[in-house]
Amino acid sequence: MHAHLRLARPALQAALAIFCSFTALLLSGQALADWQPQKTVEFIIPAGTGGGADQMARMIQGIVAKHSLMGQSIVVINKAGGAGAEGFLDVKADKGNPHKIIITLSNLFTTPLATGVPFNWRDLTPVAMLALDEFVLWVPADRPYQSAKQYLDAVKAAGPRKFKMGGTGSKQEDQIITVAVEKSAGVKFIYVPFKGGGEVATQLVGKHVDSTVNNPIEAVAQWRGGKLRPLCVFDTARLPVTEKMTKTMAWSDIPTCRESGLDMDYRMLRGIFMPAGVTQEHVDFYIGLFRKVRETDEWKTFMKNGAFNTTFMTGDEYRTWVEREEQRHRELMAEAGFLAK
Amino acid sequence: MFLMEWLVAIACMAFGAVVMWDSLRVGAGWAFDGPQAGYFPFYVGLLICASSVVTLVQVVLRRIGRRDRLFATWEQLWRVSEVLIPSMVYVLAIPWLGIYVPTALFIAWFMWRIGKYGAAKILPAALGVPVLTFLTFEVWFKLPLPKGPVESLIGY
Amino acid sequence: MESFQLLFHGFATVVQPFNLMVMVVGIVLGIIIGVLPGLGGANGVAILLPLTFTMSPTSAIIMLSCIYWGALFGGAITSVLFNIPGEPWSVATTFDGYPMAQHGQASEALTAAFTSSFVGALFAVLVITFVAPLVAAFALEFGPAEFFAVQFLAFASFIGLGRGSPFKTLTAMMIGFALAAVGLDTVTGSLRMTFGSTELLRGFGFLIAVIGLFGISEILQTMEESLTLKGKDAKINLKVVLQTWKALPRYWVTFIRSVVVGCWMGITPAGATPASFMSYGLAKRFSKEGDQFGQGKIEGVVAPETAAHAAGTSALLPMITLGIPGSPTAAVLLSGLLIWGLQPGPLLFLEQKEFVWSLIASMYLGNVVGLLIVLTTVPWMAAILRIPFSIIGPVILVFCAIGAYTVNNAAVDIIFMMMFGVIGYVLKKLDYPLAPLVLALVLGDMAEASFRQAMLMSQGALAIFWSNPLVSSISGLGLLMLFWPALTWARERLRGLVAPRPAPTKPA
Repeated sequence: MHAHLRLARPALQAALAIFCSFTALLLSGQALADWQPQKTVEFIIPAGTGGGADQMARMIQGIVAKHSLMGQSIVVINKAGGAGAEGFLDVKADKGNPHKIIITLSNLFTTPLATGVPFNWRDLTPVAMLALDEFVLWVPADRPYQSAKQYLDAVKAAGPRKFKMGGTGSKQEDQIITVAVEKSAGVKFIYVPFKGGGEVATQLVGKHVDSTVNNPIEAVAQWRGGKLRPLCVFDTARLPVTEKMTKTMAWSDIPTCRESGLDMDYRMLRGIFMPAGVTQEHVDFYIGLFRKVRETDEWKTFMKNGAFNTTFMTGDEYRTWVEREEQRHRELMAEAGFLAK
Repeated sequence: MFLMEWLVAIACMAFGAVVMWDSLRVGAGWAFDGPQAGYFPFYVGLLICASSVVTLVQVVLRRIGRRDRLFATWEQLWRVSEVLIPSMVYVLAIPWLGIYVPTALFIAWFMWRIGKYGAAKILPAALGVPVLTFLTFEVWFKLPLPKGPVESLIGY
Repeated sequence: MESFQLLFHGFATVVQPFNLMVMVVGIVLGIIIGVLPGLGGANGVAILLPLTFTMSPTSAIIMLSCIYWGALFGGAITSVLFNIPGEPWSVATTFDGYPMAQHGQASEALTAAFTSSFVGALFAVLVITFVAPLVAAFALEFGPAEFFAVQFLAFASFIGLGRGSPFKTLTAMMIGFALAAVGLDTVTGSLRMTFGSTELLRGFGFLIAVIGLFGISEILQTMEESLTLKGKDAKINLKVVLQTWKALPRYWVTFIRSVVVGCWMGITPAGATPASFMSYGLAKRFSKEGDQFGQGKIEGVVAPETAAHAAGTSALLPMITLGIPGSPTAAVLLSGLLIWGLQPGPLLFLEQKEFVWSLIASMYLGNVVGLLIVLTTVPWMAAILRIPFSIIGPVILVFCAIGAYTVNNAAVDIIFMMMFGVIGYVLKKLDYPLAPLVLALVLGDMAEASFRQAMLMSQGALAIFWSNPLVSSISGLGLLMLFWPALTWARERLRGLVAPRPAPTKPA
């Protein structure tokens, strides 16, 4: 009996040990794959209420709640101060917090470059690119210009500082595009900065400015209402949405600016970042979440209405893209003289 | 009173000077396409300084041959500081301790010190307000308020 | 009339039980949002936007617009009771509403405020229903030059009213302008007066300054006087409502003037806050008892509330007809349309008839229901004043702190609020007027941006402010208002009626 037991014990112990470590492995494996937020997730918007980023973030908040895509809820927090610097600094300061995400505009690149406020996307953890926002050159519909070329010829013929280009903010994406257009076409606009995209579109409809580079979603209503005309889109290829928006035109009928002889393109990142110092499982959870969001009908309709470029990127691919885009902004802004001294 | 008038006028002048100084940094001229970023603030700063100087002179002129009036009696100042100092402490504590715990302590202190209430009245008010706030903002409106270590302990 | 038919159809949609319920819930939520300082209409609507995601677009817009009406009503409550404006457009309501409450007339002030709000909204909705397309086109006439002219007019009709030292008024006003300039400059994108501090990046929020200057300083002053620590008498009787109503028709001129100012400012869209200040200024200037304003005149409550609510409501007009936001709240509602899968813009009236007319019908009904709800709360609200200060005082301070925090979600703003409170206490004791400071703070930012945008457009030529009949007439009106006090003074002097001029500074 004793001998038997003595023999059995080590075997039992070994078996137990193996079993235990196996369970532990299994459990930890499960934990790795299945990290879930333990509390409310804060979704920071480095822009004001009612703008494009705000719209998208609240859309995501609504979709996540409606389809119960997450055990916890999302709260949206606007931190718009200093052209969004406030929002980015907040996320930068919250190192290692997996319950915080931020949506970006181009101000991820432009604000630190233009104001010298100390932050950089490298202070954050890239999660995923949700979409790219397009830019379109708009003029009032009752102006005679039918193409970007006609319009820019008229601008050129009028001489420098005669035509007015309206845009959102100063030294941000709209002005960067304006400067790039000026360089490429050899013209000079008066750039008039306004506070928000809606205001810019209104000023164009009221003909207080001659053209704008509004995002599709900011101007689509006025286009459909016959007040504005799109001349070209600042992308490398035409927009994919072929559904007719007006009687005669779909988004896909707008030529690219390259087709019109403007050697430039520009899109704005709508991407998600997290604070630095989070683990890969945290990032993976959010990537999974956004994949699910992208599958919903509401999201698809939203993308179509706003004529977004629906490229989705994660991981190294995303990181490389952001790196390249940062470099591009630095070059564009250096050329335009927008870098902080 | 005169002393306070002086102090405030001098503080305004200092503020105006700071405004002017910073405006010169960003450029306070009139460029060919309109005023620069510091144009308006510069003159605003200048006007603050100028009007404060006039106020200062008026105070000095009025002082001649007149008795000063009190800004406030010591007793009044004491009563104000009874609110001001705990409020300051409360406000400064929020970034570190969150809003809920300081709120409870602040209300309790205030009711005990100024209202001279007993625990039977203090406790419901001091605990009720933070709980109600929590329910309204965090639960109902999904609006996070500042939270400190205690809230993290209970997992929020 | 087709529009009548559509409107009745709209009413039929709105009175469906679910929509009625949504309406009441929206109004109650809105009142709460309005009462809580800091949590404004735009923020409130944005916060509750995702809640509407599961509803039909029609129910959703009813709910959100009712939150907005509720917030418009609710903003007046804390202004009257505690001198703390719940919303930026309620600042002018504090000028006479709070003194009224101090004299034991809180119920009258609240009734007047709510009724005026209702009248303002009602007229604005009538405008939206019947002349929307005509008026909408007017909104498009406004470029930067016109905006600056309007802001100048709002400013000019308000200032020049103060008793006390003109130099102190000037100092206070300029401090307001200087504070408004802190942060990122829209036009050049450069940082002003931030001195490398990241906390100053967002500038000084108007509401944070106002909560401190008005609310906190009032608490400090109450402590100093220590007379009111026991709580005040306030009549708790619904009869007061009826009595106040009897008195209100006397102010029909003020009502009409305020509605016009409000609708105009809402549509253009200059906003409800300038509208309330402008309306208050005009009421004071044209009233026979103008010098009694600021000491608890009911007209001083009627004017800003009517204008603010008219502006707030008519701000939805450009949103419906043109797809352009007339106010920050309208901007959030607009993004709501997109989230519900609708396309805002000129075609909305044609493509989404049911939606648009239900919205308009809900404006009528929502305001009636809102009025009923807030009026029944009047006695309860007034009863709050009977709570001893040693209980209500810290609670007010706590809600001010929360309010200051929620404006920008920044804890530092609470500290700023406290600093403004101390500054307000000292300045008030030394007879520096705070109203010009606050007006400069709210208008300064907008006015400077408009001015410089206009200058960019004209390449530095000031003639742009006289370049078309519209802008010239507004600029002219502004100048007239600015020199009005001087003109009346001259006229009286000519008649030899002028009393000995009061000393430039009244001893404190």
